[in-house]
Amino acid sequence: MPTTATFRIWRGNAQGGKFEDYATPVSEGMVVLDAVHQIQADQANDLAVRWNCKAGKCGSCSAEVNGQPRLMCMTRLNQLNLDEPVTVEPMRAFPSIKDLVTDVSWNFRVKKGIRPFKPRPPDAPDGTWRMQQADVERVQEFRKCIECFLCQDVCHVLRDHKQFDGFVGPRFLTYAAALEMHPLDEERRARELKTTHGIGYCNITKCCTKVCPESITITDNAIIPLKERVVDELYDPTVKLLRFFRRK
Amino acid sequence: MAEYETHEYEVLVIGAGGAGLRAAIEAAAAGVSVGLICKSLLGKAHTVMAEGGIAAALSNVDDRDNWKVHFTDTMRGGQYVNNWRMAELHAKEAPDRVRELEAWGALFDRTDDGRILQRNFGGHRYPRLAHVGDRTGLEMIRTLQDHGIHKGMAVHMECTVVTLLKDGPRVAGAFAYERERGRFKVFRAKAVILATGGVGRAFKITSNSWEGTGDGHSLAYHAGAELMDMEFVQFHPTGMVWPPSVRGLLVTEAVRGEGGVLKNSTGRRFMFDDIPDLYRAQTADNEDEGFRYTQGDTNARRPPELLTRDHVARCIMREVKAGRGSPHGGVFLDISWIKARLPNAEEHIRKKLPSMYHQFKQLADIDITKEPMEIGPTTHYIMGGVRVDGESQMSTVPGLFAAGECAAGINGANRLGGNSLSDLLVFGKRAGEYSAKFAREQKPPAIDARQVDDAAKRAVEPFERSAGNEGPFQVQFALQELMQDLVGIVRSEAEMRRALAGLEALKQRADRAGVAGHREFNTGWHAALDLRHLLTVSEAITRSALERKESRGGHFREDYPDKDPAAGTFNIVVRKNRDGGMDVVRTPIPPMPAALKAIIDEYK
Repeated sequence: MPTTATFRIWRGNAQGGKFEDYATPVSEGMVVLDAVHQIQADQANDLAVRWNCKAGKCGSCSAEVNGQPRLMCMTRLNQLNLDEPVTVEPMRAFPSIKDLVTDVSWNFRVKKGIRPFKPRPPDAPDGTWRMQQADVERVQEFRKCIECFLCQDVCHVLRDHKQFDGFVGPRFLTYAAALEMHPLDEERRARELKTTHGIGYCNITKCCTKVCPESITITDNAIIPLKERVVDELYDPTVKLLRFFRRK
Repeated sequence: MAEYETHEYEVLVIGAGGAGLRAAIEAAAAGVSVGLICKSLLGKAHTVMAEGGIAAALSNVDDRDNWKVHFTDTMRGGQYVNNWRMAELHAKEAPDRVRELEAWGALFDRTDDGRILQRNFGGHRYPRLAHVGDRTGLEMIRTLQDHGIHKGMAVHMECTVVTLLKDGPRVAGAFAYERERGRFKVFRAKAVILATGGVGRAFKITSNSWEGTGDGHSLAYHAGAELMDMEFVQFHPTGMVWPPSVRGLLVTEAVRGEGGVLKNSTGRRFMFDDIPDLYRAQTADNEDEGFRYTQGDTNARRPPELLTRDHVARCIMREVKAGRGSPHGGVFLDISWIKARLPNAEEHIRKKLPSMYHQFKQLADIDITKEPMEIGPTTHYIMGGVRVDGESQMSTVPGLFAAGECAAGINGANRLGGNSLSDLLVFGKRAGEYSAKFAREQKPPAIDARQVDDAAKRAVEPFERSAGNEGPFQVQFALQELMQDLVGIVRSEAEMRRALAGLEALKQRADRAGVAGHREFNTGWHAALDLRHLLTVSEAITRSALERKESRGGHFREDYPDKDPAAGTFNIVVRKNRDGGMDVVRTPIPPMPAALKAIIDEYK
């Protein structure tokens, strides 16, 4: 490992910006976020970057490192070629605020638009429920999500086609899947998944699954079963017929 | 007063971790308008880092457990200087708060008959921690967040409070800036709840994120409230020690709860060498019994690795100082050894401790199912905080409440693992409930334009100084070194006197710290504004620690290494005096009611 490395960091805001090179000392075990912090402390006090836990648990320090969507705190320098400058830039699917910080507020608005958890009545007289570990585990996979929004960043429906009004993105399809598959939940979300949440836009390219730092199998375990559920509920001919008569 | 964006709420909650969210949900449910201020984005608070679980005597796993045992464990862990009323309420109400989370969508690990599973943890007599693998904090914060956003509260993200505003003796609101544009905001509120978490960033080796700068402690202190028990800082025994960039990062106690053992460089399980009398009767005296305990044998006693955090941390320090440490200055924590006892041990470890497996694999190239981890103590938690009324969580300033880590009382001299998450829920709810009640009974306070203008003027001063003067980060680093070296795990009069002098010098340096650039998302500026909080809490910790001339719980004095029964009768309180200096006073602990005393005698 060399003793110094150059980091080519994007500096700018919504109006524009450019990459600037910073050389900083590096040592064994360092992650990209360490280098960014060193640069911030010694050379660029006003360098904007989000971070909190520095342990891959809060999902704040999402960025694109050498073009790859990554958590900076979990990207070891020994995984990178330090003979060349390491580029660090903000998530490009979201509007820039400053430097490495982007405006992710859209995500918080989208979440509010998904019908919340609605449990069935308690199973026991003391107001508690009974659930089997196996049923719980299926959903726990989705609840590992740290809301880093890297899956949103990499999803071409959002990143390239800017369908922010008609598509909630992989993060919130996973969120909806966690609710739909929750052993206690009784809410119905199929119609909205099809309409306002735009599940049909996903053409299962699996880019989201590839970048998930929590290794959630987003496409196979969350989105595809959710698509099947939408089909079952909205396109099942028997159900359709029943609905037709019920409406009368 | 210049024009500032102004928001009005009946209850303003500062901090959106577990306590703040729970408080906001409760206040909103009571029908008052609620504003919630987060220093970061919503859902990123330090609560996500809590791993082990939520302590609550649900007695799903061991039916001998009940609130009385939990109360007794909490008091013993806190070395009896806890606010006994809070310890009682906490033990009684925690089970309902956990069940409530389940009703809001949390998915805890299950017992075979489908109820919430509970695990063993240090200082808890029975398996008591409701958990989700080793990411319980994330589950809790996400549950509260996803429930809370539908309850009608207004959320102000990436917003930092600089000072509280007062109307005569009562609190009137807060003055803050938002990070994105650097604009100031004025919040007018009938009641304010502080739920800002801890002070870990006052130390060099810490498990805390950048947010843990003691904001709530300092805001309350400067608003005239009292801080209590500030000498009691918890150094968690197991933080990562290598690589350097992750030094201090937490390694959950659940590793030991699942059978992990501590060894020194000679391979000795040194925790068997020093078992305090207070715990001798409940601690295993051989390896076999200890292991059986971790695997759910209710007749076995717990292994010494699960003694209280203060004790385990000191034992580790002793091994390191005696030259029996690991290569990078810690000791070894080994969970891989359970291979000898369990079939499928590797899979078992990955399933029970997924985040730990991930963390070591990715950050240190260590496979914990195959080799031991290197660990050492890390600043984790402060037992001390805003002195509050046990029932209502109101501080000595009318209308100002505090809950969670920034409040004092429940934990006494040392917190048991798992009691933090339950504390957030129990007292977050109470703070929300009582602040709403208080707010409904009050007229809106008046905002004093002069206070606001003064705060705004002070806040922009770092821009008026030359950035070449003194860097805010450099002052912060110096403060962290000083506190780590002089007011850390092992303390003495002489070192702490030096610390006080050092803090005085750092105050001068902080006053010279300048920043360049503009106000938009300027992290240097934010660091400069946090310095005041760090300096305030560091001084409070040091002065309180000087005043407590004994060793108890998280506070260890090498010049007074023993516990002094006479010092078990008071708490140490600091408050700001008329001249702006810090007064330190001893406050007697009110006598415990006979009924609670009887419980302690029965279960200790």
